[in-house]
Amino acid sequence: MYTARNYIKAESLAQAYELNQRRANAIVGGGCWMRMGERMYDTLIDLSALELDQIQDRGEQAALGAMVTLRQLETNFMLDKCFAGLFRKCTEHIVGVQFRNCATLGGSVWSRFGFSDIVTALLALDCQVELAGAGRMSLEDFVKMPRDRDVLAWVYIKKDGRPVAYETARNSETDLPVLTCALSRHEGTYRAVVGARPGGPRVVEDRGWDRLVEKVLALEYGDNMRGSARYRRHLAGVLLKRCKAELEVTGG
Amino acid sequence: MTIKWTLNGARRTDEVEPDETLLHCLRKVGCLSVKCGCETSGCGLCTVWLDGKPVLSCSVPAPRADGREVTTLEGLQAEAAELGAFLADEGAEQCGFCAPGFMMNVLAMARELKTPTEEEIQHYLAGNLCRCSGYQGQLRAIRKYLAKKGGEQA
Repeated sequence: MYTARNYIKAESLAQAYELNQRRANAIVGGGCWMRMGERMYDTLIDLSALELDQIQDRGEQAALGAMVTLRQLETNFMLDKCFAGLFRKCTEHIVGVQFRNCATLGGSVWSRFGFSDIVTALLALDCQVELAGAGRMSLEDFVKMPRDRDVLAWVYIKKDGRPVAYETARNSETDLPVLTCALSRHEGTYRAVVGARPGGPRVVEDRGWDRLVEKVLALEYGDNMRGSARYRRHLAGVLLKRCKAELEVTGG
Repeated sequence: MTIKWTLNGARRTDEVEPDETLLHCLRKVGCLSVKCGCETSGCGLCTVWLDGKPVLSCSVPAPRADGREVTTLEGLQAEAAELGAFLADEGAEQCGFCAPGFMMNVLAMARELKTPTEEEIQHYLAGNLCRCSGYQGQLRAIRKYLAKKGGEQA
């Protein structure tokens, strides 16, 4: 469990950013993973007063605040309609409803955990993040960056109507995934994302299905207590096929 | 630091530490139905409602309760007694340690989902672990409880 000397509810994003420049301070999202560590913080910075717990329909894009919970993602009607149930599928296996009412989108995206269902799903879409300091950038660029002292505020998803599918393999329900896989198709190009390899998610694109499969199977997979690299590579082929079957049903 | 919050319908002011969890704060103020289980956000024993939604109190920082409404099983005695009777009838409790968190989540589900399917019930309660493996009894009890509640509302 962490320890902290101060707890501040930030009154503005600028204040949160300023406070977060000190290495001894940290943003607290849902608190679910943070509490598993033993770190000593000087000040915990709470973003819950900044109205970042909103899912907004902004015409051509959906805007998701960093403090939106995973349960909000799972049950939001607009997201379900615009993204073919993707957010329901990528959240429903994460622990339980109570956990998903705590864990935040910002915590998932910022942490860039290799096992993240959320990041894998988001990468299949045309997605950008907005940081308090660095401004807007693509999610794909963001996940490649090392963690710094910036503050994630919003995630934007273009509502381009692309069909998208999500599949995951778990050793037991609600456990962390052995492998995550998302697939979308936009303007004739397949976009596959494979996560929990167990490293961070990798994006592969190709117009041809067979070449896409080859590229996915050629990704680097690793061993951990949940599965071997060989098993993960096998699962990648299986999940990709299942995703394609889902896409065909939804017109992709 | 000072928080002003509503606990089981009563407004109150309490002192909490910056690194205190809601779980420990609740037990400190006498809500002993809230159990400390895994403390790794995985078992559901510490489930309470924050602004009416079930959350894991072991993960919520206590300072975040400032200005919010928290409900524990102590604040739902009538509902707890009613659901508890179904659990007893179906032999759905053994040690009982998971029961308060489990009941908080069942009651939240009953409010959120009007007529949940078997799959929806299992999905909603997937985050409540029972070390005595009483799941089948629990499911029988929930089905009968929901059927009675549905009948009352019809």
